[in-house]
Amino acid sequence: MILNYALDFAFLCFGLGLAMNLYRVFRAPGVTDRILALDTMVINVLTLIVLYGIRTRSGVNFEAALLFAMTGFVSTVAYCKFVLRGDIIE
Amino acid sequence: MDQIVEYILSALLVFGGIFGIVGSFGLLKLPQTLQRLHAPTKATTLGVGSALIASMAYFWYFEGTLSWHELMITLFLFLTAPITANFIAKVQLHRAIDKQDLPPTGVGTEWATYDPEVQAVSPALLNDRDPG
Repeated sequence: MILNYALDFAFLCFGLGLAMNLYRVFRAPGVTDRILALDTMVINVLTLIVLYGIRTRSGVNFEAALLFAMTGFVSTVAYCKFVLRGDIIE
Repeated sequence: MDQIVEYILSALLVFGGIFGIVGSFGLLKLPQTLQRLHAPTKATTLGVGSALIASMAYFWYFEGTLSWHELMITLFLFLTAPITANFIAKVQLHRAIDKQDLPPTGVGTEWATYDPEVQAVSPALLNDRDPG
């Protein structure tokens, strides 16, 4: 099945992207790049979860993906808020 | 028919994968932070979007169940991506770019995030800076 090869390719792409983001988290010129890299890591992991859902043919993972998107958004905003204000909820 | 759908799904997955890796690679490769902010948006919209569409179409065609979770994830990502980008750009403006280096806004008022009434940055942190 060609779909399996395409899935493998997509897994490889997003996995490599995740590795690049991890490198960027550790080696970055400033804190902004780290926030950005963490945000992108959330996106990549989310896509990996969705791809895993296609591979295992189960729809259980989508709730996990949705929760992941929400926590990723909240954590990015909280991190930015912390950098700007020194506090998250004032 | 199965074959055609499979080809379409494969094309979507490959398209999404390419955009995903381009987004992450741009995060490493582009020279400035505000330019790097541009790259992962491609991964967010086109990469994740086509993977989610592929997943939705797959479950609809091969399993017979149409699930709306994927659309919800896409909608949520599309709604939140500008907000996170705005916040990250604001952090970068305040931490690494001097106010006088910014281009003119062209509308007569200053940049909104530097408005003294808004006070986007805690005064205690105003002099906490990053290099470039």
